[in-house]
Amino acid sequence: MGELRLMKGNEVLAEAAIRCGCDGYFGYPITPQSEVMETLMARQPWEETGMVVLQAESEVAAINMIYGAAATGKKVMTSSSSPGISLMSEGISYIAGSELPCLIINVQRGGPGLGTIQPSQADYFQAVKGGGHGDYKLIVLAPSSVQEMNDFVDLAFELAFKYRNPAMILTDGAIGQMMEKVELADFKPRWTNDELIEKCGSWATTGKPAGRKPNIITSLEMDSAKMEANNKRFQEKYRKMEEEEPRYEALMCDDAEYVIVAFGTSSRVCQKAIELARAKGVKVGLLRPITLYPFPKKAIAELSCRIKGFLSVEMSAGQMIEDIKLSVFEGGCIVPVKFFGRLGGIIPSPGEVVKALEENFLKG
Amino acid sequence: MTEEIIIAGFGGQGVLSMGKIIAYSGIMENKEVTWFPSYGPEMRGGTANVTVVVSDDRISSPVIQEFDTAIILNQQSMDKFEKAVKPGGTLIYDPNGILRPPARTDINIYKVEGTRTAIEMGNPKVFNMIVVGSYLKVKPILSLANVEKGLEKSLPPRYHKLIPLNLKAIEKGQEIVEKVGEV
Repeated sequence: MGELRLMKGNEVLAEAAIRCGCDGYFGYPITPQSEVMETLMARQPWEETGMVVLQAESEVAAINMIYGAAATGKKVMTSSSSPGISLMSEGISYIAGSELPCLIINVQRGGPGLGTIQPSQADYFQAVKGGGHGDYKLIVLAPSSVQEMNDFVDLAFELAFKYRNPAMILTDGAIGQMMEKVELADFKPRWTNDELIEKCGSWATTGKPAGRKPNIITSLEMDSAKMEANNKRFQEKYRKMEEEEPRYEALMCDDAEYVIVAFGTSSRVCQKAIELARAKGVKVGLLRPITLYPFPKKAIAELSCRIKGFLSVEMSAGQMIEDIKLSVFEGGCIVPVKFFGRLGGIIPSPGEVVKALEENFLKG
Repeated sequence: MTEEIIIAGFGGQGVLSMGKIIAYSGIMENKEVTWFPSYGPEMRGGTANVTVVVSDDRISSPVIQEFDTAIILNQQSMDKFEKAVKPGGTLIYDPNGILRPPARTDINIYKVEGTRTAIEMGNPKVFNMIVVGSYLKVKPILSLANVEKGLEKSLPPRYHKLIPLNLKAIEKGQEIVEKVGEV
């Protein structure tokens, strides 16, 4: 068993990065995620593993440092919160367009604009539909506990390198600021140069040996026919992710008549809500998407053929609900998909969720 | 066993660290724990509060409306959280600065003269540990041995010399807590 600690979600992100052999962190502070860089700076991993930690002059600079470092095959990451991720979106599109692996963490706060520093899930669309320009996708993981903040750093890097695609951990100020018991991972050494060349030598700029064609990293292709071929390659990759990578957790869904769909912080609230509702005799379950992209469409579609309705609970005006509706539609068993959410940095309470369930499905 | 606690008072009273010590002690006792603070401008004065859940099982919501126990350390928090105690639950408060004492008759109410006792002990900083002691007397969910281990874990080594003083404050808190209202 690994080391047990009581840590904040933000602190764990930093510790997990060091322990999984991350080569570099580039970022710019913003509430509610500043503890990520603070923890890294205090830990001084450059003394221990050689990991670089750098405070850039802005989010735009940070994401372009990630772009450059990722091109060399290094495991690099950044973290920010909503307005900062908006600033990074151009760079994220370039990284996706250049097919580079990296980890981007969004500890969401309420928007739009500068909004508030309190937790929110209103960047769902930005994370799973784009944010930046062009037909690209991020692999998006949504932790719901401090333990998963730990576990998903390594997982995100693994998926990012498997698909040569940027991965995002989409969390929020509540999980970032919350402390829970966490079992830390054991230390994995950073890749040596030889290991890096073995794993990434076919595409990364690792220094060209004689006789090999140069590895060129760019998102630019002036020949539209070639650009279309590139896009088709990306799309094939995304279909493969959709086939192989959806992850979710189903709680009390086996005998459920209604299912709440919620991720991250709101899924924790809903876990309590289903306990309260079950105590009142309502057969309700919880489906918690762990990957927001690829979305667990099949699981939703299968459930839709044996339940009476879904309730999407989000800390937004209703974003994930669109993917739930699509999943239900594609599955062919049409059931009502209703919504409950709080906005602007407010976390719904378990009681409010039960009330929304009753109002939408059990009255009349 | 699941115990859902709110600790609320002024920023600077040690509200968040009380929660942290209870949470760390819970880990030492192989429990699941969640510590969820108010964050933001509260840290710079004004009210601060933290929700702590200690449980034998996986913890669902860190956000809670009704608490098993409320530990209340100023009037604003009394106004806000007295009504949030579950019927049959527990409210512990320090009367210092409290103008309107709790009035509910469907909960158990305990008073702890933490501020005064800390001054008598010659160190106002141990105030929060006195209150932790009172809490553990009323709700013995954690053993003192594990609280000591929790202190060792949550305090940086340079403060370990203060652990005996903190333990003494916990003992004092256990002695001075008095029941003022019963269901």
